[in-house]
Amino acid sequence: MSLKGKAAAIGIAELKPWKEAPPNVTPLGLMGRLTAEAIADAGLEKKDIDGFLVGMPVADPGFIYPASAAEVLGINPRMLNVVDIGGASPAGMIWRAAAAIDAGMCSAVLCIVADLNRLGDQKVPVVSVQREFEAPYGNIGANCGYAMIANRHMYEYGTTPEQMAKVAVDQRTNALKNPLAAFGDKPLTIADVLGSRMIVDPLHLFEIVSPCSGGSAVIVASPEVARRAKNPPVWLIGAGEYSNHASITYAPSLTDSPIKPAAENAFRMAGVERKDIDLVCPYDCYTITVLVTLEDAGFCKKGQGGPFAAEHDLSYAGDFPCNTHGGQLSFGQPGLGGGMSHVVEGIRQLMGRGEGRQVKDAALAYVNGNGGIMSEQVSLILERRA
Amino acid sequence: MSEYHKPLPKPSPVSAPYWDAVRRHELKLQKCGGCGAFIYYPRPRCPHCLSENLEWRNVSGRGKLYSYTVVRRASSRAFADGPYVLAIVELDEGPRMTTNLMAEPEKIKIGMPVTVAFDDVTPEHTLVKFKPV
Repeated sequence: MSLKGKAAAIGIAELKPWKEAPPNVTPLGLMGRLTAEAIADAGLEKKDIDGFLVGMPVADPGFIYPASAAEVLGINPRMLNVVDIGGASPAGMIWRAAAAIDAGMCSAVLCIVADLNRLGDQKVPVVSVQREFEAPYGNIGANCGYAMIANRHMYEYGTTPEQMAKVAVDQRTNALKNPLAAFGDKPLTIADVLGSRMIVDPLHLFEIVSPCSGGSAVIVASPEVARRAKNPPVWLIGAGEYSNHASITYAPSLTDSPIKPAAENAFRMAGVERKDIDLVCPYDCYTITVLVTLEDAGFCKKGQGGPFAAEHDLSYAGDFPCNTHGGQLSFGQPGLGGGMSHVVEGIRQLMGRGEGRQVKDAALAYVNGNGGIMSEQVSLILERRA
Repeated sequence: MSEYHKPLPKPSPVSAPYWDAVRRHELKLQKCGGCGAFIYYPRPRCPHCLSENLEWRNVSGRGKLYSYTVVRRASSRAFADGPYVLAIVELDEGPRMTTNLMAEPEKIKIGMPVTVAFDDVTPEHTLVKFKPV
C-alpha cells in the first residue's frame, strides 16, 4: 500500500495576508473567494469537487463544521472532514485527500483554510490538562515552547543566534520576490534580526511569525481528473505523519522532533533521496523550527542545522532553496493559511509558476507541516513529471 | 493581600490527590504498579503500559533544569506583569514538569541542580515551582 502517484495537486489559490483584516471580511467569505479561484485555476467546475477538507477557523469555530462550510459554498461532498492537527493540518489534508481518492471515495478534493487573527491576548488553552498543568506557570501560546527548544538546541549543539537569524534573512530575500508576502518590502540583515526586541529568550521579534488574516486552497485530484486539468499536475509521491506529544514538556526530547519518522516514511514511499530534492518548504513558525526540520528530515546531521543554514544560500537562487515564498516569517501566518503557504509554494514552484523566484528546473519538493509545539508532523514529497 | 489574576489549576478527579498534597507542601507522583514508572502529570492510566494500578508516592523534589526561557513579553495578558522564567525540570525520578524557576536569569544554566519550592499563590492554591540548589 502506498499513496505514490495516486493523486495530484491541480489547482491553487492564495490570498495576500492582511496584517489587519478589513472589517467586512469573514472566514467563510474568504473561503468563497478561494473556492472560486482554486476551481478556476484547476480548470474545473464546481460540480467536479466531490471531496472537502477544511480547517476550523479560530474566528468562526463550531462543531460539525465541514457540512456547514460546504453548504455555504454549495459543495456536495462524498467525503468531508475537519483536519485538526494544528499547523500540520494543511499538509495533512493533502495526503488524506489522496488516500480518499485512492480508496475510490471521491475524485477531486478541495482542501481549504481561511481565518482572521489579531495580535494580542493569547487565550488560555482549552484542553483541560493544559489548563491545569501548563497555564498556571505561564506556558501559554507557542512562543515559550519554541524558546525552550532553541535554548536546549544551543546547549546541546552550540547553535548560535546568528545561525538562527540567517534563516529569517534568507527567507526575506525570497519574500522580496513574492508579491503575496505580507512582510516582503525590505531586506533584512542578521544584525536587524538580532537587534529586534527579545521576546522569549533566545528568540527575537523577527524570528517569530506574525499572526495575520487570509487563507488558501489546494485542489487534489485523481489521475483521471488531473489529465483534463489546466495546470501540469503536481503528484504526491511520498507522505508521512507522526506525533509523540502535545505539550513540549512531555516530548521524549526537545531537540529530536517527530519530524524524523514522518520524513523517513515520506522518503521511503517516494523512493527518492535527500540529494534529489530541488527545494524544501519547511514549516517555519520560528527560526529554530527550520533548523530542527532540516536535521530531522535528514538534509544535514543532527545538531548541524545551524552551521548548515550559515553555510548554504537558502534563497531561491541559492544552492539550497528553502521557503522560496519567504516562509511564514516573511509571508505572514494567516492562521492555518501559514501552514498551507508551504504546500502552495511547493506546488507553485513545481508547476513552474514561481515567476521572479522560480527555482530552475524544479522537479521535486519536500514540504513539512508542523503543529503545536513540534507536536504533529506531516512530511510530503511532491513531483512534477516531465 | 493583592489579588491573583493568573490562571489557577482546577483539579480533576484524577489529579485531586496531587494538588491536595501540594497544598501540604508535599510533592507526590503516581507510580505505576505495572511497569514501575513515575508519572507526571497525573493520568487515569499509566501512559507507558496502560495499567490502572497507580499508587501515589512522595518524591524527592530534586532534579535538573532541562530547559528554560525568560518570557519578556508574555502571549497572555495575565502574565504581562513582568518577565518570568518558564522552565522544564527533569525530576530525579524521571518525569519532566512544566514549572517556574525562581532565580535571576543571569545565574541560570541548563543542567543545574534544582529543588522544589512550593509557592502559595492564594490561600487555596499552591503551585510547584523550583529554585537552584
